[in-house]
Amino acid sequence: MLRPYLFLHAAPLPFFTSCAPTVFGLLLLPVIEAIGRRSISAIEALGRFGHFLMDMVRGLRDVGIWARLVVVQMRRIGVDSLPVALFIAAFTGVVLALQASYTFTGAVPLYFVGTLVGKTMMLELGPVLTGLALAGRVGASMAAELGTMKVTEQVDALETLAYDPQSYLVVPRVLASTVMFPVIVAFAIAVGIVTGWLTSLALLDLSTSDFIKGLKLFYVFKDVWFGLLKSASFGLTIALVGCIVGLGTRGGAEGVGRSTTRTVVFSAILILVLDAFWAVILL
Amino acid sequence: MIEFQNLYKAFDGKNVLQGLSLKVRDGETVVVIGYSGTGKSVALKHIVGLLHPDAGDVIVDGQAVGTLERDALTRVRQGIGYVFQFAALFDSMTVSENLALGLRRRGLGDDEIEDRIREALALVDLSGTGDSMPAELSGGMRKRVGIARAIALRPRYILYDEPTTGLDPVTSAVIDRLMVRTREHLGVTGVVVTHDMRSAYTVGDRIAMLYEGRIRQVGSVAEIQETEDPVVRQFIEGRAE
Ligand SMILES: Nc1ncnc2c1ncn2[C@@H]1O[C@H](COP(=O)(O)OP(=O)(O)OP(=O)(O)O)[C@@H](O)[C@H]1O
Ligand SMILES: [Mg+2]
Repeated sequence: MLRPYLFLHAAPLPFFTSCAPTVFGLLLLPVIEAIGRRSISAIEALGRFGHFLMDMVRGLRDVGIWARLVVVQMRRIGVDSLPVALFIAAFTGVVLALQASYTFTGAVPLYFVGTLVGKTMMLELGPVLTGLALAGRVGASMAAELGTMKVTEQVDALETLAYDPQSYLVVPRVLASTVMFPVIVAFAIAVGIVTGWLTSLALLDLSTSDFIKGLKLFYVFKDVWFGLLKSASFGLTIALVGCIVGLGTRGGAEGVGRSTTRTVVFSAILILVLDAFWAVILL
Repeated sequence: MIEFQNLYKAFDGKNVLQGLSLKVRDGETVVVIGYSGTGKSVALKHIVGLLHPDAGDVIVDGQAVGTLERDALTRVRQGIGYVFQFAALFDSMTVSENLALGLRRRGLGDDEIEDRIREALALVDLSGTGDSMPAELSGGMRKRVGIARAIALRPRYILYDEPTTGLDPVTSAVIDRLMVRTREHLGVTGVVVTHDMRSAYTVGDRIAMLYEGRIRQVGSVAEIQETEDPVVRQFIEGRAE
């Protein structure tokens, strides 16, 4: 109970003692205490995160251990996520085309449907929807797997066999996820544009050449690399969160469940924050 | 030589080890007995650096494990086989792969690895289960795979955490004999944590009782059997009062 007060020692004591003690004690202290406790745990968490990153970078040195496993993880992430990602993208493309034409109401030339579908898929919906869906797919499964390994002492067993869990478990997952996300998102973008185009053909009286004209209209190469860079950062984030939370699991099956949920929530939040961050920095 | 030097460890304010000191000489097998929850597994984990001491340390071959850097710690670990209380088999791998993992890390060739796996599985009477997944095995079989995984490494030290708990009497006797043989033939130094007094008397050169965070008494089998310490007597005789 004493710890939250400790930082008060750093503050000029006369200031505190000159306050009316009762007001200070009754009103301010609990607030300061709560703030103090929050900041201490936030700083601790940040410190642990820093340690984790340092260990991971050190784990990168054991190329012999992780090289083969990266490929295994890449295949797994690809197989696990492509169906979900493509399913989401396909329907998003349909809806984007319909909503665009609905919004334009004849005031804007219909070929702008192509522009809107293309830009939105590449810049925003491709990366973000895929990222959010895969936070639930890839991130959750990493947290559950590593969490189970942790609580059943498999992680300890790895260590006693002289494997660094960072090199053996974390590095392959983080690398594979960072590399595979842009690939998956690229497919998702392509599928979304194709379904948008098919919808325009079938339901909107828009010809293929008009759709492509719209698609090309404001296209710049940055649209593509911006979207893919974002995706890579989402992949990195999801794997990092899954690994950190998974390896920090305590307390049996219930703990594994907690870690899984926490991973999904954390990574979803981080993806949205990162999304805004990239928009501010790069657009 | 493994030496616990005045080891302290607490979890969330709960004192578990409180000044544990114990020497395990080269070539001998020391059995650690003690009530459930006294910290026997915690003590073993300090030997391989899975847990960090609050104070004191474990010295393995002259090196203080708690202070070692990553690479030095890896080298110490390569000389130690660890049999986990609940086997801790990798459940995404077959039995053979479980055994192969540690061997591969030690840089052995494929043929040598295959030989060692066959030999180790035969020693624990599990030849032919190499391709099974851990989930397909009974609890006792998993335990024996865990033992095989440690023995296959041919380490200088083996730490057994309750190797015979949950096994039938005959299999227990087989495992006891195996532990004695590994010491005799390979000159392995062993630490065996157990509740099973019959096993303790069979495999132990010396027996140490962990009680309230420290060693209550340590001595040869005969010394322990004739002890006058009421706490130790009660434990080895298994009396409720
Ligand atoms: N990682 C941990 N975090 C928190 N507490 C722990 C941890 N590991 C062990 N403990 C606690 O330390 C105490 C000793 O545990 P330990 O597993 O060493 O007992 P043990 O002597 O091996 O018992 P048993 O014979 O039942 O295996 C227990 O109270 C346990 O709750
Ligand atoms: Mg134990």
